[in-house]
Amino acid sequence: MCSTCGCNQPADAVTITRIGGGIHSHAPFSALQYHLLVEEHNHNGHSHQPVTIELEQDILQKNNLLAQRNRGYFEAKRILALNLVSSPGSGKTALLERTINDLKQVMPIAVIEGDQQTTHDADRIAQTGAPVVQINTGKGCHLDSDMVLKAVRQLDPPNDSLLMIENVGNLVCPALFDLGEGGRVVIISVTEGDDKPIKYPDMFFSANLCIINKIDLLPYVPFDVEKAKSYALQVNPQLRFFEVSALHGQGMDKWYDWLKTQFAHFRDYQHIH
Amino acid sequence: MHELSIVLGIVDIAASTVQKANAHKVDRIELEIGELAGIETDALLFAWDTAIKNTVLARAKRDIHYVPGKARCLDCGELFDMHQLYDPCPKCNNYLNEIIQGRELKVKALTVS
Ligand SMILES: Nc1nc2c(ncn2[C@@H]2O[C@H](COP(=O)(O)OP(=O)(O)OP(=O)(O)O)[C@@H](O)[C@H]2O)c(=O)[nH]1
Ligand SMILES: [Mg+2]
Ligand SMILES: [Zn+2]
Ligand SMILES: [Zn+2]
Ligand SMILES: [Zn+2]
Ligand SMILES: [Zn+2]
Repeated sequence: MCSTCGCNQPADAVTITRIGGGIHSHAPFSALQYHLLVEEHNHNGHSHQPVTIELEQDILQKNNLLAQRNRGYFEAKRILALNLVSSPGSGKTALLERTINDLKQVMPIAVIEGDQQTTHDADRIAQTGAPVVQINTGKGCHLDSDMVLKAVRQLDPPNDSLLMIENVGNLVCPALFDLGEGGRVVIISVTEGDDKPIKYPDMFFSANLCIINKIDLLPYVPFDVEKAKSYALQVNPQLRFFEVSALHGQGMDKWYDWLKTQFAHFRDYQHIH
Repeated sequence: MHELSIVLGIVDIAASTVQKANAHKVDRIELEIGELAGIETDALLFAWDTAIKNTVLARAKRDIHYVPGKARCLDCGELFDMHQLYDPCPKCNNYLNEIIQGRELKVKALTVS
């Protein structure tokens, strides 16, 4: 049980900051506030008979509806949005930095960074020249579709661009929350152990692509790449893999080819493979 | 853990239902949670008590229906109990399976007054 993980925080706990643009806003975080504000009508002595309402409502419906709204926006503007998920420190930001530097002449890339605190990652991305917005979730352990909606409004990415959404480093919680992305990329690094995919199956189940990062460290750690892949394929037989070193650049070409292909395909057909 | 956001989502649903019904509180809530929904029940129950304080759910009786995971093998058609997303077909050991049930995460019913 992660005790640091609390969504019942003050209304201004989620912040969204445009790096370089000087815009900073507090996203109204509706949840708890709203619960407390439910108005009691004045029931001068009267009482209510219990009524049972068969609701059959999906608990994630609110998130899913907003995610669909984001998806419609992305499709209309032909923006391929990718949701990057991993444990803390697997190399999401490093992967983005190198990718943007190598591809920024080929396609416009904008970034949404999600972290509990600090703008460190967004500052790193800003160094590449890419437009970037930082979401700070406070104690929240995942991005949700509402935060992304607000961040996208600030970012206003151009038509026909790639939008990289770096989720909060966490291999569990982000799995359930659709952001409206066109594809989900899960990153594991070779220092994490090759059984990650079956320890945290939900994330691998929902991903389109798996990047195995830090392969430059393979000589120093016991990590069986084939075993990691076969575990991941048990959870998701359709998953594809690239092995890279985001730090030194090995294997990045195949990831770039994949990105270019999916980018073109999304523009024409609004889905990826 | 995301279980807290899940409970807050439930409180949201309960609050708006109570409001729409012009009632005051929830007496009973029925939830449906699938075995393969990605929710840790212990974590959910742990988050529950904190999250429902001072809400319409504060005194609600809670019933949880657990929905067992079931899948169909896309190769041989076998219908089998799936406890983990990586369980293979017991008959042919294939991993390409279609999940039939067990992903549910629902507020099934609310009794309000
Ligand atoms: N050796 C090696 N180190 C890497 C590689 N990629 C990233 N790192 C290092 O791993 C550490 C974490 O990298 P980040 O890019 O910050 O990881 P992250 O996933 O963005 O981390 P969070 O945002 O905190 O979840 C940094 O010290 C990186 O330099 C790699 O391919 N090889
Ligand atoms: Mg990062
Ligand atoms: Zn009344
Ligand atoms: Zn296609
Ligand atoms: Zn969490
Ligand atoms: Zn079979």
